[in-house]
Amino acid sequence: MGRYITRRLIQAIPVLLGATLLIYAVVFALPGDPIEALAGDKRIDPHIVDVLRERYHLNDPFLVQYWHYLTGLFRGDFGVTFAGVPVGEVMAGKFQVTVNLAMTALVIEAVIGIGLGLYAALRHGRAQDTLILASTLVLISIPTLVTGFVLQLLLGVRLKQAGLDLFPVAGVTGDLRGYLLPGFVLAGTSIAYLARLTRASLAETLRADYVRTAIAKGLPRRRVVGRHALRNALIPLVTYLGADLGTLMGGAVITETIFNLPGMGQQLFTSVYLREQPVVVGTVTFLVLVYILANLVVDLLYAVLDPRIRYG
Amino acid sequence: MWRSTTPAARGGAGPHDGPLLAVDDLHVEFVTRQGVVKAVNGVSYWLNPGETLAVLGESGSGKSVTAQAIMGILDTPPARVSGGRIRFRGTDLLKLREDARSQIRGRRIAMIFQDALSALNPVFTVGAQIGEMFRVHLGDSRREAHRKAIELMDRVRIPGARQRVHDYPHQFSGGMRQRVMIAMAIALDPEVLIADEPTTALDVTVQAQIMELLAELRRESDMGLILITHDLGVVADVADRIAVMYGGRIVENALVHDVYRAPAHPYTKGLLESIPRVDRKGRQLSAIEGTPPNPLDMPPGCAFTPRCSYRQDNCVADVPPLHRIGPTRGSACHYWREVLDGSHG
Amino acid sequence: MGDSPAPATGHARHARRPSRFRSSGSSRGSGRRGRAQEIRPASLWSDAWQDLRGRPLFVGAAFIIIVFLAMSAFPRLFTSVNPFDAATCQLSDARQGVSGLHWFGTDNLGCDVYARVVYGARNSVVIGVTTTVATALFGGLLGLVAGFTGGAVDTLFSRITEIFFAIPSVLGALLILSVFRTGNVWTVVLALAVLAWPMTFRIARAAVITAKSQDYVLAAVGLGASAPRIMFRHILPNAVAPVIVVATINLGTFVAAEAGLSFLGVGLNSPDISWGLMIADARRRFLEAPGPLLFPALFLSLTVLAFIMLGDAVRDALDPKLR
Repeated sequence: MGRYITRRLIQAIPVLLGATLLIYAVVFALPGDPIEALAGDKRIDPHIVDVLRERYHLNDPFLVQYWHYLTGLFRGDFGVTFAGVPVGEVMAGKFQVTVNLAMTALVIEAVIGIGLGLYAALRHGRAQDTLILASTLVLISIPTLVTGFVLQLLLGVRLKQAGLDLFPVAGVTGDLRGYLLPGFVLAGTSIAYLARLTRASLAETLRADYVRTAIAKGLPRRRVVGRHALRNALIPLVTYLGADLGTLMGGAVITETIFNLPGMGQQLFTSVYLREQPVVVGTVTFLVLVYILANLVVDLLYAVLDPRIRYG
Repeated sequence: MWRSTTPAARGGAGPHDGPLLAVDDLHVEFVTRQGVVKAVNGVSYWLNPGETLAVLGESGSGKSVTAQAIMGILDTPPARVSGGRIRFRGTDLLKLREDARSQIRGRRIAMIFQDALSALNPVFTVGAQIGEMFRVHLGDSRREAHRKAIELMDRVRIPGARQRVHDYPHQFSGGMRQRVMIAMAIALDPEVLIADEPTTALDVTVQAQIMELLAELRRESDMGLILITHDLGVVADVADRIAVMYGGRIVENALVHDVYRAPAHPYTKGLLESIPRVDRKGRQLSAIEGTPPNPLDMPPGCAFTPRCSYRQDNCVADVPPLHRIGPTRGSACHYWREVLDGSHG
Repeated sequence: MGDSPAPATGHARHARRPSRFRSSGSSRGSGRRGRAQEIRPASLWSDAWQDLRGRPLFVGAAFIIIVFLAMSAFPRLFTSVNPFDAATCQLSDARQGVSGLHWFGTDNLGCDVYARVVYGARNSVVIGVTTTVATALFGGLLGLVAGFTGGAVDTLFSRITEIFFAIPSVLGALLILSVFRTGNVWTVVLALAVLAWPMTFRIARAAVITAKSQDYVLAAVGLGASAPRIMFRHILPNAVAPVIVVATINLGTFVAAEAGLSFLGVGLNSPDISWGLMIADARRRFLEAPGPLLFPALFLSLTVLAFIMLGDAVRDALDPKLR
């Protein structure tokens, strides 16, 4: 098990290096000069510009700049903004918002997606099953952009007009309630995929030989389905959920924009506009890290859930 | 306590002067898009306590479907029992409610399957899977079930049971896995054990060991064993009687040594001539010509007609009944006398 | 005679294996099974076509797609209003409701929403189709090479795709598009294709590796068939089907991604017309006048739905290749 973890960690290194290099290269190619962007419309002393350029290694060749960044990163230092604030500090608050949003979405996704999928699988071929299949197909097709605005209108505004202020429409409120609606919107497509995956997975295990054995052992149906079939059906679902955490965090920008949540997407957006290269690279790098870690956790969970991998 | 397993309580299913298990005129069909497939057409056989009955047939002959009907584990739908009775100690299982039936299933009638790797749950240890029988049926504690699982693994002679009880199915060899399967099936000392091609997936040397184990377990108790196989070779040493199935029907029904001496059905005869035998050295081996019937498109009359060297015109028209040709023997061939005479020659 | 009949029989045999994973409905054509009894030399594709024609999901999806294709090629067939002509917009008509004159009402600038939605189809279709073709060709070809050659080449390509998978797609596209001062159809295609090709790569590679170990391919190798012959005659046909299925489903995703990026302001820009832009423009007054946002949203969703349904149906028809 220890060897397995080490191997997975070593495999993650080239991915992290490659991804940061790519991002750094793209950011390097962004048009406009960050120092000028910093100055805005004001005229700025050429001497100060030179000092600043030197301090931020802006005169170095691309690979040297990247090297500076990378070495900083391994010390846990995401760099400093041109205004002198550590990038880590700038990002921290925004990360909290996005993490809250993504985790809310993940929980909603898991509960509704797996629930619907299990229900459909147990009603296989009947009207409820067909209805769930059809509605998940529709849900997959509606882009976040559309679900976001429609639900904002229906649940946020219209419900409020009807005197039910259940879901705050925009911005961060003190509690997690403000994340419910955006979380659902962000989870939308994933809910549908997960429901379909759950249904297929359970339907598959219900047909397995070991389920027939469990019935032949005289076990009650509850135990046959809830233990023998479900335990096996869960394995691909865990993989999907884990991989989806990265997707949710990376895809949150549209939801954040619709609901006016000051998360990482918004942060990235502003930073690209202001040419705050360290923040841009830092934000995306952080998401790459999240993706890599989520996949690592999935691999470990997989090994926990499936002894064939653990002892394979 | 109603869960008691004393012999007196176990006999409580009803008065039973007859056999332990009797399948009587069983019909099973599968409803598919192409129409209704009749997989089992009026099969009857019986099993006495302490007896081994071999059910012999090609794949698609209905032998496994019959067994699944006895266990009550047919996939319904598409499968459907459309007629007949399955009497276990006099009680018709088909008339029992599901909860009553699950009291019998696994506990008094148990089954082992062909491919133990897929028949065992990959994510639970073998100890948990064997122990589950005690936990669910007897309400034993985890510790008690664990202890009994080790005992059972010893009994089916899995070396190092105390350690291996914590292993998962994929960590066992094919033969050991089948032993785990057997341990699970005999956990509650069932009165009937159905073994559905228990050795087909195994190496020849291991096959013999598993058959020996089954025979031994059968000898140790009063358990009746139904051995489903397509391999006439494994039957001779183990079985007391044989029921040969073809096209969803019993075509011959006899004591093993009777069949080996002189088959009374052309299909059985063909099967015997296709396996090497010590007592018939120097003879040419021959295969049965043609292919098994398509269950979607059964030939009219006797299903074996297209492949039969004894066929006459009436074979296509009339389905031959199972002629009673001896105290424990039947043949579903119009010309069983000719077959029998030919066999003696 | 050599090995030429091998793939055909391989297809025919596989094509009849019932599906284990059925992702949608139970509309599998029963007629096809009935015919399965007779032995005829059908190719996978003609077999699949027979199957597809009987699926209501496929027919519905194809109908919607044909309508959208026509709309993007000949918008004038659908509306006489030219939304690029500023004179057709009257500020005094802003945010009108649905009427006989303005089927979908008017937007903030008084422009006819229906005409704009119709003209917006073109960009969506062009971006969707071009990106799909680009990723299918590039990713598919690399996947074919990687899967076929194996070894170091395969390892290198696979590591590279892992890097791309690690980059969040929306943010990655946002970054790439920021490099260009103004976005247009081709920058959007570039950004989407750069991030999406690894998916096709993976599918093609997996299909090739599976095909490589099939008995009939091994037989062809044993008979001494040349490497190009094995690749194009035996392996390529097997890798094409899954790539096409995934590409079809992704087409809808690309259309949605364009809308998202244009909404965020890094995709298309005015005076281009795009559903994403329309949604972005309408959002400020969305709560009082939802029409200008909902109609493009509806068309967007329908397009995505149609391509997903099409991909689903094609997958089911070509099922043997996928699980």
